[in-house]
Formats: sequence, C-alpha cells, structure tokens
Amino acid sequence: MHVPDGFFDVPVSVGAGVFAAAGVAVCLRGAKRELDDRTAPMAGLVAAFIFAAQMLNFPVAAGTSGHLLGGALAAILVGPYTAVLCVAVVLLVQGFFFADGGLTALGVNITLMAIVTAVVGWAVFRLITRGGPRGRATLVAASFVAALVSVPAAALVFTALFWLGGTAPIEVGSVAAAMGGVHLLIGLGEGFVTALTVSSVLAVRPDLVYGARGMTRALTLRTADGDVQVGPAAPEAPSAGIGLRPVLVGGALVAVLLAGVVSFYASSAPDGLEKVAADKGLSAQEKPHAAEDGPLAGYSVKGVENQRMSGGLAGVAGVGLTVVAGGGVFYVIRRRRRAADSMTPASAQ
Amino acid sequence: MTSGSPSLTVSRLAYAYPDGTQALYGVDLTIERGERVALLGPNGAGKTTLVMHLNGILAAGHGTVEVAGLPVRADTLREIRRRVGLVFQDPDDQLFMPTVREDVAFGPANLGLRGAELDRRVRDALERVGMLDAIDRPPHHLSFGQRRRVAVATVLAMEPEILVLDEPSSNLDPASRRELAEILKSLDVTVLMVTHDLPYALELCERSLIMSEGVIAADGTTHALLADERLLAAHRLELPYGFAVPAQPG
Amino acid sequence: MSAGHHHPIYRPADTPVHRLPPQCKLAAVVAFAVFVVATPRERFWAFAVDALLLAAVAAAARVPVGAIVRRMAIEVPFVLFALAIPLIGTGERVQVLGLSLSAPGLWAAWNILAKASLGVVASILLAATTEPRMMLLGAERLRLPRLLVQIATFMLRYLDVILDQMRRMRIARESRGFVARDLRQASVLAKSAGALFIRSYERGERVHLAMLSRGYTGEMPTIRDISATGRDWAVAGMLPCLAAMTALLAWSTT
Repeated sequence: MHVPDGFFDVPVSVGAGVFAAAGVAVCLRGAKRELDDRTAPMAGLVAAFIFAAQMLNFPVAAGTSGHLLGGALAAILVGPYTAVLCVAVVLLVQGFFFADGGLTALGVNITLMAIVTAVVGWAVFRLITRGGPRGRATLVAASFVAALVSVPAAALVFTALFWLGGTAPIEVGSVAAAMGGVHLLIGLGEGFVTALTVSSVLAVRPDLVYGARGMTRALTLRTADGDVQVGPAAPEAPSAGIGLRPVLVGGALVAVLLAGVVSFYASSAPDGLEKVAADKGLSAQEKPHAAEDGPLAGYSVKGVENQRMSGGLAGVAGVGLTVVAGGGVFYVIRRRRRAADSMTPASAQ
Repeated sequence: MTSGSPSLTVSRLAYAYPDGTQALYGVDLTIERGERVALLGPNGAGKTTLVMHLNGILAAGHGTVEVAGLPVRADTLREIRRRVGLVFQDPDDQLFMPTVREDVAFGPANLGLRGAELDRRVRDALERVGMLDAIDRPPHHLSFGQRRRVAVATVLAMEPEILVLDEPSSNLDPASRRELAEILKSLDVTVLMVTHDLPYALELCERSLIMSEGVIAADGTTHALLADERLLAAHRLELPYGFAVPAQPG
Repeated sequence: MSAGHHHPIYRPADTPVHRLPPQCKLAAVVAFAVFVVATPRERFWAFAVDALLLAAVAAAARVPVGAIVRRMAIEVPFVLFALAIPLIGTGERVQVLGLSLSAPGLWAAWNILAKASLGVVASILLAATTEPRMMLLGAERLRLPRLLVQIATFMLRYLDVILDQMRRMRIARESRGFVARDLRQASVLAKSAGALFIRSYERGERVHLAMLSRGYTGEMPTIRDISATGRDWAVAGMLPCLAAMTALLAWSTT
C-alpha cells in the first residue's frame, strides 16, 4: 500500500522526506561498512528479490490474499542497514519507474515501509534472540514476532503522521484503531510468511542469514587440519552492526518525545482533531467504532483538565502500553522457548 | 612486459577454504603464449578453485601463480586482472550493466580508458565476437548464445594475455556452440578453457590437462588423453555416446 | 500491488519530451508534484490548469490517453479509501442523495483524489518518456548518492532474471498439482521465497566476483554522462513554474 500524493500536507511530506533522507544516508554508511565494495551488487540483488517477493501472493483465508512487505524479513536476512537501503530502493524504483506511490509521499513511504519496519523488526528480533536460547527455533519464533510487530508499528507511525498533517478529517482515534486492527491482521500474515521464509533459508544456507550470525548452534567441521569453525567472515556480526541498546533507547526516546511533544502541539492546532474528542468525550461520531475503542481512544486522558497535557499524556501512555505489550510477548516467548529448548526447530510451528 | 615468459605459470599451488575444506593440493602447470588448453576434470576436482586463483579472487595458500612473468600478489592485482580475462559460466553473472556498450566498457574504464579510446576498444571487442549490432541493447534482450558472446567481448576489451573460460559450451544450442568455437579459434590470445565437453576440447584445444582431487593428474595432447579410456574412467570423464576420437590427424 | 505492475511504462518515441535530458525531467516532475500538493483544495480551477499542463505534456510526448488511464489503475485502493472518507469523516454533515456525508470529508476526498491523480499522471508521463537507464543517469546527475543509484541499477538489471526464476518455480509447483488455497500452503510459497533469496544472494556474490575480475575497485566508472543545457532546463522548467504560479495565484485569491 503506497501512499499517493495529496494524502499528507506539504510540511509533513517534506519533514518525512528529510527524515527518510537522513535515515538512508546513515544506512548507506552502515551498509558500506558491512559489505564494503560488495554493497552495490549485493544490495541490488536483494532489492530485486524483495521486489519479487512482494509479488508473491499468500492466500490468507476465504479467497483473500496478502503479500509481503518485507522490511523485517530483509532486516533479518541481510541486516538492518542493507535492509533499509534495499526497501528504500524498491520504493524509489516503484515511484519513478512504475508510477506506484506519490513522488511527494516518497519520504513518508520510505519512512514507514523501509525505516520503521526494518528498524522495529530488527530491534524486536534482536531482543528475542538475545534473551532466548540459541538455536533455530528461537530464530524462527523471533522472526515471526519481529515481522508481526513491524507492521502495526508502521501503521502507528502512519497514524502519528496523519495526526500531524493528514488532509482528511477523520478521528485520529478511529484511524489508529482501524489501522492498528487491520495491520495487526496483516502483521500476522507477514509474521507467518517471514518466519517460514527465514526458516527455509536457515535450513539450507544458515550462513547467509544475517540475524543468525553467532546465533546458530556453533557448527564445527572435522577436517584434516583439525576442527574448524564455520562462517568465514562472520564473527558475531550483529554486535558490529546496530547495537541493541542504542536502538532500543533511541527508539524509546524518539517515540516518547514524538508522542508527548507532538501531541502537546497537535492538541493546540486550530483544527486539532482530538480537541473535538476532548470536548465531546467519546462522542457519537465514535460510536460505530466502539468495539475498537480503548480508554485512550482519541488520545486524550479523561480526568486530565488541560487539553494539551491530556493529549501529551495519552501519547506517552500509548507508547508505554506498546512497550509493555511488546515486552509481554517477549517474556512469554522466552519462557516458552526455554521450556521447548530441546524441541526440534520447525516443529514448534 | 616480459615477452619471453609463458602466459601462465602455476607452481605448487595449494589452497584450503576458510572452512577447512582443502581444494588444491599442489598444482603445477605452464601454458605458453598462443596455446589453447582445455582443463578437464570431474565436478569437485578443484577446477573452479584453480580458476579463482588465476586472477587473484582467491589468494594462494601456498605456491605461486604468474601471468606473463608477473606474480599474482595484492600489489599486482590490478594488472593481473587486466591480463587474465575470466568468462563466467552464466553470462547473466558477467553482464551486470544496463546495456551491452556499458558492460563491455566496464573493464577498460576501470583501467582508466575514456572517450574515443574507450569507444574504440568496445567496438573492436564486439566486432570480434560478431555482436557489434547489439551495442545499445540491454543484455536481457539477447539470446543465451549472444549473451555468452558478449561475455567473451567484455574480457576481450581488456586485451588480456590469457582468456579463461568456464564451461563455454554449456547451455548452447548446436549452432551457437559452433559459432562460439569459430570465434574462439579466430582469436589471437592464449586460451584456457574449463570444460566437461570433451568433443569441444578436442575441436578447439591441441593440449589438455586433467585435474583430479586437487592436482593435475594428466597433461598431454587432447587426442592422446581422450583416446585413453582407462585414464578417462579413472577420473570420471566420459565421451558422449557414439562419439569416437578420430584418428590422429598427423 | 499485483503482478502486472512490474512492466515498465517506457514508450520509445522521438519527441521533444523524450529528448529532454533525464535530470531535467526528474527535477521538473518532482517540483510539479510538490506545487500541486501545495495548492489549496478549494480552488478547483487551479487543478484544472494543472491537468491542462499535463495534457499538453502528454500531447507533446505523444503518450496516448488510454495508456495513461490504464496505468492509473494503480491508484484504485486509494480511490476507494478517498470515497470512504466522507462517510466516516467528522464535522458538519451534508445530505447528498439521501446520504449523510461529512462536508470536510468531501473536501478531503476531493483533495486526495485530485492531487493523487495529478501526481500519478505526472509520474506516468516521466516514466513513459524516459528510458529506465536514462532515469538512473539523471538521478546520478541530480546528486543522488551514487551508491543508491548503483543499487537501483543492479536491481533493475536483475529484476527480470529473478522474476523469471520465480516464474519457473511457480510452474514447477503448479505442474505438480500445487494450488494455494489457504495459509497452510503458505509454507510451500515461503520455501520458494527462501530459495529465491538464496539464489539472489548467491548471484550477487558471483556478480561481485565478475566485477572484481574486470578491475572493479569499489568505484563504478562513469561511462555515460549526459549534460543539460540552459535551454533544456528552461523547457523542462516550464511545467513546475506554471504549476507554481497557479498555486501562488490560488493562494492569493483566497
């Protein structure tokens, strides 16, 4: 789903463009550090793979089908830096060569579909693989959760951007609920397919899976020269890539800042949508979506008088909730993995 | 240029991959200027590993490789890669640029050629493989045989000392196979071709080497080697059904 | 996105639009899209002017209307979304044909439809008149990071090769009676995706070796370079300049 022109106003389009450009610039340097002079051909081929993989339609149920977004998958297979580059190039090519996705929305599209999915996917993946036991089952489970989380994460950022500069007068609460709900479903499909794909690569060429470097059970070859460790140029690479802690801390800071500060200002905007919500409480407009409404719907905390503060608090609380939910999933997975440590890999699925 | 030295000298070359698998156990061979030599051998004999050493993609674990007198070392790589023209088995691997012209120009441009001189090299190389008409076409619009010919042109444009071809006849229809043979015969360069295609070796190469288990197991005229059934059988080589080695042409 | 969208839009011809240097066209189309997005939605006439501008370009480039309309199908999901906005939008309601619609929602739907359509037509015209290779050279001239352009170059070169592999895998699956019905079959498709990744990655490694063999040292040589004259820029600049004037006029007549 590529955002077209006209969906976001000029400031948000330009702002997202600057953010995307900065993100891509960081990844260019990061990828070059990892792949050296191999960057152009390797990333080019992986980008072509992602383009092709996005065209594989997966049957979901009852005649509907979904297709892969691929950000988390790419991050797990080739590392977060290269993944962002590959997906960004796919989006650029789709925009300029295939007229798919608005040119002014390229910044938004790259931010959502390349940067957010790859970075969130990678962070979740690392979080789980660090904590869980070594082995293929953990890697596959981590791929599932990472891809699952990456999709609603992108949807949430979309909602945040929409809040800032969307051109349609829809309740941000309904957008969040609708986007979140639908994308949780899409995320399930994405997670399922990503996990299966990673699993099938792990079965044949585990050395190619970036996220598995140093994570697969140590492989040794018995040779005439004695036992040799497998994995030529692949020492614990992920630690040489993005460290987990900076990503988490940075991500959390940005999220809290965005949620807090941005909602603070958004609440004061003349046509701020949540102002309406704050005035009316859970107004009639929202009734049709009641089932999806949580206590934070409309992003204002009841009982907090100051509207601005209320919006800001709601934002921060939302981030907190997301973190708690993510952590919970992590904790459960970790415990189950521990219990199932001795199980054979794919049978867990 | 040391005009007196052979095109290629490999001595005592041994190599083990970083995972410990040893592929070469001491390879010795010499190819004189202007020779066309076939390198025969079963899968896993170490042929590809040897080829990777000829232009320094792999660095010798032990022993030396010299191209026209110049040893393959980190500081000579640039010149070595000009002198050794490697043609890969899959032309899609070799033709990575958007058009034939840019692809053929890639090598000489890396050597620093620009402008008219670059253009002359490109046209000349394409002319020699009969593909000048395709100069502005994208590689994926060409037939497989045409792509293989352009792949040969990409290395010819570097004016190499020795042309190294990996399975040049694979996947070619009979007509393309013959056309390529004619092109190779018309070239005035040293050729080393790695192949399973024994009749092709016999047609094109006076001399053959048989590689087996990481060493050169036999070295002689192609005719003599192919006529020796026990030698072929010992190294998992077989002539196609119905093919008989013609009587020695004298 | 469906399988049909990977066919490039380029239509070879020899028109003044085709002959313009790619960097001029790229910059002009991006600027045009920005000015269209910046145009206030209440000024219908401004969007009509923008549409006329694009029609003039299409006529000069001899791109048939049918070709443009067919490619616009890519917009459909968002058209559906835009049509839903007046139904779910907030604010003052108006009665249209017995439906209670949100007035700001109608404005928003119009805004998205108009701007997205103008944007997609501009992109189609760019892609239809610019050979993919030239587009990449143009991007490089516009100082896009060279590495990024190179990645895109390799991607476009190998896209067909990889799609071809994918097609062969599908034929192999289907010739053995495979039909994808529900999520259970996804594991088979995922295995194909995994195999496709391995093949793509390994080809990347082989391409890198082929590059090294021909003297690659980390820098792609510039083999073709296209320069643009002041006149080229002036010609290409007409489109965004007129759109900018339209947007300005639209704002000033508020």
